[in-house]
Amino acid sequence: MLRTIAHRLTLAPLTLLLVSFVTFIILRVTGNPVDIYLDINRTPEQVAALTERLHLDKPLLVQYLIYLRDLVQGDFGQSLQYGGPAIDAVITSIGPTLRLLSAALLLAVTLGTVAGLVAAVYRDRFPDAVLSALAVAGQSMPSFWLGILLIQLFALKMQWLPTSGSGGFKYLILPALTLSAVLLPNFMLVTRTAVLDLMNEQFVATARAKGLSRIRILLTHILPNAANPLLSFLGIQIGTLMGGSIITESIFGWPGIGRLMISAVSNRDAPVVLATVFLVSITIILANLVVDVLHSIIDPRIRH
Amino acid sequence: MLMGTLRGTPLLSVRDLSVQFRTDQGLITAVDGVSFDLRAGQTLGIVGESGSGKSVTAMSLLRLLPPATTRIARGEILLEGRDIIKASESELERIRGRDVSIVFQDPMSSLNPVLTIGRQICEPLRLHLKLSRAEAKERAVDLLGFVGIPSPRESLGSYPHQLSGGQRQRVVIAMALACRPKVLIADEPTTALDVTTQAQILDLLRELQSKLHMAVILITHDLGVVAEFADDVLVMYAGRMVEKSPVSQLFARARHPYTQGLLNSIPPFGDQELEKLPAINGTVPSPFAMPSGCAFHPRCTFASSACLEAVPELASCGPNHVAACLRVTELERMHA
Repeated sequence: MLRTIAHRLTLAPLTLLLVSFVTFIILRVTGNPVDIYLDINRTPEQVAALTERLHLDKPLLVQYLIYLRDLVQGDFGQSLQYGGPAIDAVITSIGPTLRLLSAALLLAVTLGTVAGLVAAVYRDRFPDAVLSALAVAGQSMPSFWLGILLIQLFALKMQWLPTSGSGGFKYLILPALTLSAVLLPNFMLVTRTAVLDLMNEQFVATARAKGLSRIRILLTHILPNAANPLLSFLGIQIGTLMGGSIITESIFGWPGIGRLMISAVSNRDAPVVLATVFLVSITIILANLVVDVLHSIIDPRIRH
Repeated sequence: MLMGTLRGTPLLSVRDLSVQFRTDQGLITAVDGVSFDLRAGQTLGIVGESGSGKSVTAMSLLRLLPPATTRIARGEILLEGRDIIKASESELERIRGRDVSIVFQDPMSSLNPVLTIGRQICEPLRLHLKLSRAEAKERAVDLLGFVGIPSPRESLGSYPHQLSGGQRQRVVIAMALACRPKVLIADEPTTALDVTTQAQILDLLRELQSKLHMAVILITHDLGVVAEFADDVLVMYAGRMVEKSPVSQLFARARHPYTQGLLNSIPPFGDQELEKLPAINGTVPSPFAMPSGCAFHPRCTFASSACLEAVPELASCGPNHVAACLRVTELERMHA
């Protein structure tokens, strides 16, 4: 197990290197920051100063190496829109995003597991038909549309919840629901399939032959076995969830990484874009590491 | 053991059991009119090829077949006078694992891969005997020792994949015996094991049976295992009983041409020269295309035109010996 973790961790810097390289090159070749940050009335002196500060006069590869040298020292550069260090803006945004992500994940996993179990138990009967139909509807519903519908219903019509912004728990509900909808339908369907597959396993027949009740078999025999495929699915979906949070944060004005990234990209604030992409990559790498560790905790065959 | 077969009322009495499967092509009959009695300490061998309905019979004894696709069409399964077919799900849960246990064919898949074997053995103990966690654990250690697992206490924390096939089957047997059931159904308990392990597991079952005075239903396709282990034999073909008799009778004077064919296809022991091992021609009929009359007639060397028309009933042909063949008396005369 420790070897797997060590292996993953040695690969992590390579992944990050690749991510930063690709992002850096894309940002540089799609436009000159000088044209965006200095207006029509700019003086040649200003242009020269900014060009020098951003090392824009040097070859692209050298620019990247300079960026990398600063990065190793923890310097992500100065934000072009905010003026301060790029990393500061990112760090203040990571908290709200993690809060939103964990709330959405919790919702999707608990509701998805319960719905998937119910659908599997009532396979091809009424509850399954309803839940599966809802799942398909959920899969085909874009989250920006769902988010707007939720705002209209709960914030404008009922006036129960705030339309946007951040603050107490009340502000979290609608964004978390919207983001969880990205994962929930698929999670439910994967649970349903995993449980149905396991129901045909011989050890389930053995458990029944021992006199265990169906519900007990479901919870103590089938669910622990279903945890593994579900965890693998979550590992794959973490990226999708991150992507979903960009949209959700924009709809609800949630002060997280997603919204920061959108504004940084549209303002061509390269240092901030690079810093956010870098941090999101780290989050995904760590999340997958957690998935691996959980795998081995759940399944003794991986542990030994 | 023979005394047990003669005396007392049966522990388990199966009468005219018929089981049907719902399929896309309609209802098919997987088991048709199976009857037998089983007394404490007695062993009944059920023999037949794959698809003969022997495992379906075993599964229906505990009502383990999925109700969505199977239906017990007829019959009674009386366990000490109580009809299992009429039992509710909660009554069944009390019977399963306590009064009647089952050991399945494949020990690799019979155990839950993510739970320790200790946990899996303790389950029926805690459920049926209401033992505390600590008591159940002590019993599990005893049970594992009883079935010959080395260092049973340490094995409690092992997972199934850490044990060999033979050891896993021992664990499955320990689990089945945990609550000292009156009836043990062993559905091809040694088929998935290698030959030396097979012998060990059969010896173990025999030893445990005499210690616990259980009735055993041994389902197998191996007549050698039956000869060694069973008191009575029930031969099944295409879902029906074709012959039933005490084991010595069957090996001495099998009446049904199918049983005779099975006996002839056992390789002889020793270095006898044998050109070719006799086999029964043809294959088991598909349940979707059952032959008319006697289901065995297309493969039977003795079939006459009458065999194509009438389904033969079981008829007595000796003490405790029945066979379902129209030509049974003619054949007897032919052999004499």
